[in-house]
Parts: sequence; structure tokens; C-alpha cells
Amino acid sequence: MNSRYATWLLMLPGLLWLGLLLVVPCLLVFALIFFERGIYGGIDWQAPTFENVTRAFDPLYLAIFLDSGIIAGIATLIALLVGYPAAYAIAKSPASRQTALLFLAILPFWTNYLIRTYAWIVLLNPVGLINSLLMGLGLRSQPLALLYNKPAVVLGLVYSYTPFVILAIYSALQRLDPSYGEASRDLGASAFQTFLRITLPLTAPGVAAGGVFVFVLSIGNFVTPDLLGGGKFQMVGNLIYDQFLSARDWPFGAALSALLIGLMMLLLFAQAIASLRARGDHARA
Amino acid sequence: MRALNCWLIAVYGFLYLPIAVLMVLSFNRTGMPTAWGGFSLEWYGKLVENPKIIGAAWNSLVVAVWATAISSVLGTLLALGVERSRPSASREALLFAPMIVPDIVLAIALLSFFTLIKFTLGLRSIVMAHVVFNLAFVCAVVRARLKSYDWSLNEASRDLGATAFTTFFRITLPLIGPSVLAGALLAFTLSIDEFIIAYFTAGAGQSSTTLPMQIYAMIRFGVTPEINAMATVVMGVSFVMLFAAQRLNKGRLPGA
Amino acid sequence: MKFKPLLSLAAAALMFTAGWSPAFAEKLVISNWDGYMPKDMAEKFKAATGIDLEIAVHATNEEIMGKVTASGGEGYDVLFVSSPFAEALNNLGLLAPIDHAKIPNLANLYPEANELKHDPGNAFSVPYTWGTTGLCYRSDLVKSAPTSWNDLLTPADDLKGKITMLSTDRWLMAAGFLADGLSVNTTDQADLDKVRDQLISAKRNLLAYDDTTFYSKLVSGEALMVQAWDGWCNYGITDQPQIKYVIPKEGSDLWADTMVITKASKNPEAAAKFIDFVLNADNGKWVVENIMYKSPNKAGMEAVDKSLFEKYPNMAITPAELLKYEQLRDLGNGMKAFSKTVSEVMAAK
Repeated sequence: MNSRYATWLLMLPGLLWLGLLLVVPCLLVFALIFFERGIYGGIDWQAPTFENVTRAFDPLYLAIFLDSGIIAGIATLIALLVGYPAAYAIAKSPASRQTALLFLAILPFWTNYLIRTYAWIVLLNPVGLINSLLMGLGLRSQPLALLYNKPAVVLGLVYSYTPFVILAIYSALQRLDPSYGEASRDLGASAFQTFLRITLPLTAPGVAAGGVFVFVLSIGNFVTPDLLGGGKFQMVGNLIYDQFLSARDWPFGAALSALLIGLMMLLLFAQAIASLRARGDHARA
Repeated sequence: MRALNCWLIAVYGFLYLPIAVLMVLSFNRTGMPTAWGGFSLEWYGKLVENPKIIGAAWNSLVVAVWATAISSVLGTLLALGVERSRPSASREALLFAPMIVPDIVLAIALLSFFTLIKFTLGLRSIVMAHVVFNLAFVCAVVRARLKSYDWSLNEASRDLGATAFTTFFRITLPLIGPSVLAGALLAFTLSIDEFIIAYFTAGAGQSSTTLPMQIYAMIRFGVTPEINAMATVVMGVSFVMLFAAQRLNKGRLPGA
Repeated sequence: MKFKPLLSLAAAALMFTAGWSPAFAEKLVISNWDGYMPKDMAEKFKAATGIDLEIAVHATNEEIMGKVTASGGEGYDVLFVSSPFAEALNNLGLLAPIDHAKIPNLANLYPEANELKHDPGNAFSVPYTWGTTGLCYRSDLVKSAPTSWNDLLTPADDLKGKITMLSTDRWLMAAGFLADGLSVNTTDQADLDKVRDQLISAKRNLLAYDDTTFYSKLVSGEALMVQAWDGWCNYGITDQPQIKYVIPKEGSDLWADTMVITKASKNPEAAAKFIDFVLNADNGKWVVENIMYKSPNKAGMEAVDKSLFEKYPNMAITPAELLKYEQLRDLGNGMKAFSKTVSEVMAAK
């Protein structure tokens, strides 16, 4: 069998699914960008316009993109730092236990997002468990402001998406050939050098996948900023959600979404080119 | 190694901290997070009497199982195909898109599309919608594993006369099995708790109401303790099943 | 339905296939907030009329509005939505007219319930509950009782960081409009800018924006004063009798939650019967006693035990008094400027 033909056959069902249920429906929405919101929230088909595109580039919205990009970036970094060693520990544990450990990491997330978030509120609020404990032990006389600020939002995002990082990195780490590490150590490299030069590059695809998960899920999140941030910070997710549902301005919501997708694609391709280049340098060295 | 295991335990502690809180609250007589009113099973009684929550939980399970099964198969095939073919920027974009298209856009787009083609809404349409984003996540996880996959194994197998099917089931799948499992777990987790896309692609009425839809509606007046009880039941059942599976399989993965 | 979590995948498959068959055409489907009607409504309605009732739930006006706009309302017969949303749905041509001849219980309503500005004469919507938006506070913990919207926007020192405002955009902005003596439906740019600046400076003294759990923040003492719908303040009063509600001297908005019939409804006759059933005195009484909202249903309000009005004084606000306040209306083309202003407030540090 022709192998090119075979690879296309493998990809066909997935690509068809995406073509039919992602591309076609989304084009219906993105076509709205070039029309006006109707008086009552419908679409005014009479007047094609580029106004929504120019509106989307208003500094106000770009600032929201930047702010939530920063919050999502911090959450991604922390989730990777927390998740990587955990995934590494799982992958190094006896094979008979790995599956169970993996399940254990993801089980809490089969309960509802909202109630988990409310549980955090119970823990963090000024009269909540953590503050009561601190004050009861005499460690603080005033409650700490643990809630309704940016760190609380970051905490909520890290909490929610760390298991995804663990899954992605575990996937890349598992079956990492132990002989690589042994060879490296035999050649006199320290454990840390081995990790840096051998393990980390080999798991880079997992780190990249996990990082992408946290970043895209964070930037599109609209529940955590509302509940843990007290609604005082807007993520791009909130902004777009509100344009579609509160302002009922679908054309403008679609324009902002297109901008978001465009920016993320740029980031993705920049990262892909950077990693290709790094690999190229590596090959030459 | 020791430090690593301590870290793992600490991470689990972090992941289970809020779960412990809501479990304790589900046994609190007052149902209020502020005061402990004594141990009580009252909220579990309320839960059993609430067919809406239980029906919705069942619907969520059905949706998540189907969406996970379909997206695991399609996503794995997709990953295998993509990693073996020439890089294509437009295909990369298509595979990235489901992760970054805002939920509300996909929700409105699919509802408009289903309405346009007069497709009857129900659990089936929710599954179709969930597969769209799950597919991309499964594909990304499996691809992360395939980057370090030694394709010469497949060639060796073929040279020895094995068919493509035999090679897949005897060589490839056992090797990438754990990442398919990781992808499936991710898909299941995303699907069972997804709200906005499910809300828009569900039919009108209880028959296609999922648990997140029910909970978002109930939570308008704050968390009701029955929902904590439901979460505790979900955790309990999952633990029992995990323990049983671990006992039965001795932790062996398919083919491992 | 029985829940057997250990059932195999095969059973899931069966359920899934069973779910494929379309719903029965004879059934009446309504969408309402959870807990906003008696739990046994479907049984009682079936007993009274023989019609099957299926109840779907929505969490917010915005969600059901989005869904109905995208799908044309297919599948739903009766919706419960707040008045500005009813108005917008009607303007989009998605609602059927209310046939008064088929709903005799409309006679149970106060005459004032016919004079709501979004729909005078109840042509496309029937009011279900109504009330005001004001300040809800801990009378035992604040130094002086609030009397003005400015007590919320520029709070006394002891209240700083212990205040919440509603996060739903229209009510959030209304606090500023009312403080300045403006219409709650203002879309004039200069006025929007002025209110924006006030709300941004108010934001620095806020604990949070909250439109779901603000009353429990009062009960726990996390917050001392919150912008609140009157009925929700009553939930706080139930748990903590020192909580009080006040309509600031500059006034309030008049909010109304309404029932509407979709144009897509295949059974408008049954839909009218349902609305008629909801308007009977028993159901009106249930709303007041359980939701603790005021009802435009005169027969229902009069059936309620008067002690309730003493415990929850805002329940005694009369329909005539309510009608003095301005309703939130659909903003039409003004929505763009309005929503940009809200984004500016939200993005401000």
C-alpha cells in the first residue's frame, strides 16, 4: 500500500469531523464580522462593514488581551513547574502503579468546576478555613487577602490545569529509554546535566503540549476570574463571552474571537519555528 | 527520588484539598460552609430524592463516555497520520483551532449549524460537539509521544512479513498505549465537566440536560449541599472503580 | 430514573441510542431558573389540564437568550426571562402574542401589572415577579445606615473593601446612573463617561462584583454592604435578622421577570393554559412565600400571611410605589457604547 495514501486514510475521519463540525459552523459565525449588530441584537445584513475589525484593535481590548495573556502565562509557568516533577515521579514509579497514579491525579476534576471553585472560596475567604487557622494559631491578627485578587485567579487556573500538564508530560516521558540516562552518566555527566541535556530535550514535546493546554484554557476561562477574582479582572474569555451573551453583539464578538485566534496562531508558529531552529542547531553541533 | 516522591504527594495534596473541603461540607448538617452543625446524611437523602440531578449526572456520563471513545480513536489515528506525513502549516492550524476557538463561539456556531441543517438536538449533538475539541487534545497528547517513537520498529515488523494491521496492534499500540490512555483521560475530564457548548447543543428539556447545566442553574442561589453530596458520590464511585481495576489488572495497561 | 454507576459501557450505549428519538410533539417545554417554581408544578399542571410539562433550566437570561436567538427558539414553548430580554426577543420577532381571552387568570394581577413600560397591556409578556434594587447591609456592623447610592460608590472608611456590587452589567451601571439622577437606560456618551469614572473609583473599594452569593457574604460578615435585589436581601435576613434593606433616596429601578410564549411553539394553546395555571392564587402565594419576591399577582399576595411582611419589610412595597421607578429597557443601538463603557470599567485597575 502506498504510504502517503495510508497516512491520508488515517487522518481522513478526524479531518472530516473537524471540517464539518468546526470549520463550516465557525465560518458561519466569522462571516458575521463584516456586518453590523442589528438594533435588537440580531444582524443587520444590509450594510457590510469593516467597523468591527477596527473596533477590535481599540487599545482598550488590546490591553485586556495583554493582561490576560500575562495572567495565563504566569499560570502556565507555575503549572509546568508543579506538574513536571510530578509527571516525572509517576513515570519513574513501578509500572504496575503508573496507571493508578495517573487516574488519581485526574479524579478530582471529574467533579464540577464550579463546586471545586466554591470550595477554594471556602478555604481562602477572609473568614474562611485558612484565615481562621492562621488567626487561631496567633500567626496573624488580621485576615490575609487571599481572595478576589490576581494571585487567587492564578491559583485557580494552576489548580485546574496542572493535571493536564501531568498527563501531557507523562505521555512524553513514559517509555523514555533508561539506557540514555545510564549512558550519559557512564560518560561522567552529573544527574543534573543528564536531566538538562538528555531528559528535558526528549520531553520537550510533552512540555510544549502541556504548556499550550494551560495557556489556551486559561486565556479562554471566564469562570475563575469571576469567582476567585471577584469579577475585578477580565480575561479574554470574559470579554468574548460578554460580547456574545450580554451585549448580544455577535459580529463584534466574532471579530474579537478572530483576533484571539490569529494571535494564538502567531504564537504557535513562532514557537514551532523557534523549536525547528533549535533542533537544526542541535543537529549541526 | 525521595524528594521527587515527596513532591508528588504534595501535588496530590494540593489537588485534593478543595475536594476534601466539599466532602466534609456534604456531611455538615447546616449545609453552610461557615459553621459545623454536626454530622448528617441529610443531603444524601435530598440527593436521592432529586431525580433531576441524578438524571443529569447519567446524561453527563453517557456524553463523556461516547465523546471520549470517538475522540480517542479518531485523535490517535490523526496523530499517527500527521506524524508520518510532511509538515503542513494549514493542517497544524486546523488541529490547533479547536483548542483556541472560544467555547461560546463553538457553541453558537454549532447551534446555528444544527438549526440550519435541521439536525435534532439531544445527547447525540452534544457528543458530536465535544468530539470536536477532544479530538485536538487527544491528538496533541499522542503526538507528544510519537515525537520520540522509533518508526524503524514498524519497518522491521513489515520486513518480517507482518501486515499493517498486525504491526499496529502488536507494535505501535502497545508502545503508545499509555499516551492514548493519557489523551482519553484528558478528553473524558474535559467532556464530563463542559458547560457552555453542551448547553447550546442540547435539546430543550431534561432528557439532554447534563450535570454541569443542572449545577449552573442550581447554583444561582449559592452552592446547595446536595451538589457537594453528588460530588462526593462521584469521587467515591471513581475511587472504588479505580481500586477494583487496579486489583484486577495489577496495574497492567493493555499490551504493556 | 435509577443510577447504577457500575453499569457497563454497553448500557451507556443503549441509553444513548434511546436518546436519539425526538421528543414527543404534544409535550409542553418551558425553560425557567431552577427553583423558581413549585417543585411539583409538572404534576399539578398535568392533573389540572392533562398536558405533559417538561421543565428545562437556564442559569441566566443571557444564556437562554443566546440559545433562542441562535436556534429560533425551536423546542421551547414558554420562557421565563427578565423584562429587557422579553422586549428584545419580541423585537427580534421570536415571540407569539399573548391571547388574553385564553388566560382568564390575568384578572388576578394588580391593575399596575398592566402598565409596565416594556410591554403596556401585556401584549407579549406576563409579569411573574417584580421588585427593586437597592442596598442590603448589616445594621449591627455599619457605623451609619446607608441612604444614598453614593454611600456605595464613595463609601465611608469602615466599609472600604467590604462592599460588593452586582456583576450583571445593566445593574452595575444603574448604580452610577441613579446616583447621578440619570435614567437607568442612559446611552449618552458624556453621561456614560462620567459614570464610568465614578464606577472605576468605586471599584478600588470593592471586595468583589457578585450577583450570586452576595447575601451569604453579608451573613458571614465578609461584606457589610451589598448592592442587591430586594428578594435576595431577604435570603440574608432569614439567616441574619440584623440585615436590612433600603432603597436609596435617589430611587431604584423596577425589575420584572416575565413569562413569554415563543413563536416557534407548536402548541400555543397549551402554553396559554400553562401561563393561566401559573397565575392562579396558589402559585402566586408560593412565589411570595418561597422565593421571597413580590408578585404582581394580587390574589397571591393577599393570600400570604401578613407576618411575612413584618419580617421582610421590602415585601410590603406597594405596586403603586414600584411603578414610580424606571424599568431597565432594551438599549437598542445604544448597546455598543454601553457595553464598551462596561468593558472600560472591568479592565480598569
